[in-house]
Amino acid sequence: MTVNITINGQKIQAQPEQTILEAAREHGINIPTLCYHKDLSPTGNCRICMVDVKGARFLQAACATQVWEGMEIETHGEKSIVSRKMTLEMMLANHPVDCLTCEANGDCELQDLAYEYRVEVPEWGTKGTHYPVDSDPNPFIFVDFNKCILCRRCVQACAEIQVRDVWGVAQRGFDETIVAGADTTMLEARCESCGQCVAYCPTGALTSKISRGLGRAPQVTKVTTTCTYCGVGCQLDLNVKDGKVIGVTSNPDAPVNGMALCVKGRYGWDFIHHPDRLTKPLVRQYLLSDQPKPKGKLGEWVEVDWDTALDITARKLSHARDTFGPDSVGILTSAKCLNEENYLMNKFARQVVGTNNIDHCARL
Amino acid sequence: MAGLAASFGSGAMSNSMDDIAGQAQAFFVIGSNTTEQHPVFGTMLRRAVRFRGAKLIVADPRRIDLVDFATLHLQQKPGTDIVLLNGLMHIILQNGWEDERFIAERCEGFEEFKETVMRYTPQMVSETTSVPVEKLHQAAEIMGTHKPMAVMWAMGITQHISGVPNVLNLANLQMLLGNMGIPGGGVNPLRGQNNVQGACDLGGLPNVYPGYQKVTVAEHNRKFEAAWGAPLSDKIGATVTEIIPDILEGKTHALYILGEDPLMSDPDTAHIRKCMEAVDFLVLQELFPSETSHYADVMLPGASFAEKTGTFTNTERRIQMVHKAVDPPGEALPDWKIITRLAKRMLHGRTLSPDAPYAGWEYSSTADVMIETAALTPLYAGVTHERLERGERLQWPVKALDHPGTPILHVGQFSRGKGIFHPIDHIPPAEEPDEDYPFVMSTGRVIYHWHGGQMTRRAQGLLEVYSEALIEINPDDAARMGITTNGSAQRVRVSSRRGSIEAQAWVTDRVPPGMVYANFHFPDASANELTQAALDPVAKIPEYKVTAVHVEPA
Ligand code: SF4
Ligand code: SF4
Repeated sequence: MTVNITINGQKIQAQPEQTILEAAREHGINIPTLCYHKDLSPTGNCRICMVDVKGARFLQAACATQVWEGMEIETHGEKSIVSRKMTLEMMLANHPVDCLTCEANGDCELQDLAYEYRVEVPEWGTKGTHYPVDSDPNPFIFVDFNKCILCRRCVQACAEIQVRDVWGVAQRGFDETIVAGADTTMLEARCESCGQCVAYCPTGALTSKISRGLGRAPQVTKVTTTCTYCGVGCQLDLNVKDGKVIGVTSNPDAPVNGMALCVKGRYGWDFIHHPDRLTKPLVRQYLLSDQPKPKGKLGEWVEVDWDTALDITARKLSHARDTFGPDSVGILTSAKCLNEENYLMNKFARQVVGTNNIDHCARL
Repeated sequence: MAGLAASFGSGAMSNSMDDIAGQAQAFFVIGSNTTEQHPVFGTMLRRAVRFRGAKLIVADPRRIDLVDFATLHLQQKPGTDIVLLNGLMHIILQNGWEDERFIAERCEGFEEFKETVMRYTPQMVSETTSVPVEKLHQAAEIMGTHKPMAVMWAMGITQHISGVPNVLNLANLQMLLGNMGIPGGGVNPLRGQNNVQGACDLGGLPNVYPGYQKVTVAEHNRKFEAAWGAPLSDKIGATVTEIIPDILEGKTHALYILGEDPLMSDPDTAHIRKCMEAVDFLVLQELFPSETSHYADVMLPGASFAEKTGTFTNTERRIQMVHKAVDPPGEALPDWKIITRLAKRMLHGRTLSPDAPYAGWEYSSTADVMIETAALTPLYAGVTHERLERGERLQWPVKALDHPGTPILHVGQFSRGKGIFHPIDHIPPAEEPDEDYPFVMSTGRVIYHWHGGQMTRRAQGLLEVYSEALIEINPDDAARMGITTNGSAQRVRVSSRRGSIEAQAWVTDRVPPGMVYANFHFPDASANELTQAALDPVAKIPEYKVTAVHVEPA
């Protein structure tokens, strides 16, 4: 059974359990939202999605109102627009105006709506900073609740996706605020640093500490790939700027994990550009001077070109194979490397060397 | 996964994470610290428990994080998994909770198996495992009355001298309950490393070619000889736990190691060191200098996942694209290019059969390599980069270019036809606590680090939250030895028959009295200084989960 409704004059068949918002989005009709996210249960407290329903005295929250037969909806009527502008103005009155240096610039739903609805920070706004900036010692997550719009997505994300219940809402005098645990640090409130709350935060209130200052959304290219750590196989977007990975963001289309990642997948990327990385082939000095292998200490490393390193390696492996037989060569392939590379290592061992002595660390 | 292959003819995770998390009425998690080792899947289980009311039974000697969400925690003594499972199956049979139809239609060997299980009375099982009889009954009842139930395990089951029998017994349990071939059920070994599944699938094992085609089967051997144009060995090769010790036997003379650090990940580090010192030639292809590189003669700079394009296969057999985002640093190269160049050099001057289609090593990209792989590997026959790039979601077996892949294995029939029940008897651990070494030490990972820690110890934030090796010890034991959580008496020395390490104590009821838990992420206090090379006779997996140790304040 379907329900016939009309949105902005367009006739639509909706499902009976659907909200106005769900029905509209399914048919490509945009209703702006801030607190709503399709992955999280709606809280209906940001008042941005207010729409006109014919016959109703007040505007209705599209995210929380179910459709009914014959419903007629205007998403961008005059009343809705005025209401949205006022709501945005209230939010901005309490919001720092540092978009110039804000991490979330270009990736901020509040900024986008302010732009769309042409709302400025009002003259009468406090503009001040109420809360300490960088208020939590979590090493991955930068917390600045001056930018919080109390949408509660972080609360929901932690409770519903991560099932960890770190964030809650506290009342402090007139101000509602988001707090970790009983107003402790995130880690004390048993935060796992998964960054789910960061991924769902629509503003710059929760951002990545380790990507801070390295580049913002409009400057990065996103490359979708698969996590290098565990066998769950989460997909994620590497954020690249000037040839460097500067962060990781969720990719909502990831088959296994959706928006979710764990601390290693989201924040374990900085090894990629670590100064310890090997950048040149290295061989021991004795190999270059055709000396026998020294007992004990193997001596200095010498940087060489690829041809030299590969010639030596090929010669040594061939020597072992030809002198002691193919089974004198052991090959350990890698559970960190690509399928294609593992295939090639298997071909190398069996075809080139002629041994089945190939294994990897699955056992370990 | 030798155990599962023996029961069903295929050794991989049978189901997918989303059908398990979405449809199982109950979960049985044994020997897997899921929320720390497979974190995102761990949260999927937590969601199922909280929002869907699924039942969760955790069997683990430690009070791991997942226990907070468990309906029931069975805290069996380390090394008594077989007994525990036999006891549970005994009670299931007693109450008639088995799936008679499934057993009759799809399995064989039931009677003999039943005879064995019926010898494990709840009383005796309780004595051996120290799980109260009442909890055994509760667990069996949940299993018997909640269908489908999915079973998950990891190294906590396989890193035992009885690793293979442990797995066979889990297969027995799921056949008994008829939980195979259906969404929300199955036998699900969670694979640790990101591409350990792929490394196994594509010939990174001493007994099989890609796609588990046995080197000992003449037909498979002929197929690869014809494809690669060279004579191939039909003798099963040596495993990692044999290759390295074989150096001292004079059997292994040269080693080519890609992205592994045996000094950190292998048992009995002192012995590994001796072996490495004695090898004639060691070439290491790596991202970073490692503990093993002290013994290397040549080091070749490889590429990280962010620097190459290709595929990984996850724990549920899902093949997914990896995309190059940045160039490798300096002169470092993608590993496939290094392997290819080395192969060409070694083949130089050798004639391979001219009509072998895949004798050569001319690849312009990993997409080419996948075409060759697919041609020779029935499980991957329909896998191409092109399909994956188009957004197709493929889990093997992918039998042809128009085959959609296989999210659930063993639907309607097992890979080998009938599933086999194996009667399994208790095998005590190789090393049990005694007067000199009264504690049991178990090893594993923590959420913030990965394996030997080569990557995670170089990630600033991860190091900040977990910066040194911690030894978990029970508050009662700690109090008895005067170990406290603060002040000066917080370091412990842990010794086994093979070595000794010193580290910070973490006094916590995560471990029961008589047990300590250590990790191998940090070279200055790696638990593998203490572990032994006792191997499961079939899978050759070392017994990391039970080492007898002595503990004292340092
Ligand atoms: S990082 Fe994860 S665990 Fe920590 S508060 Fe955010 S959602 Fe919760
Ligand atoms: S993000 Fe975490 S859970 Fe996902 S694959 Fe990476 S390590 Fe595993």
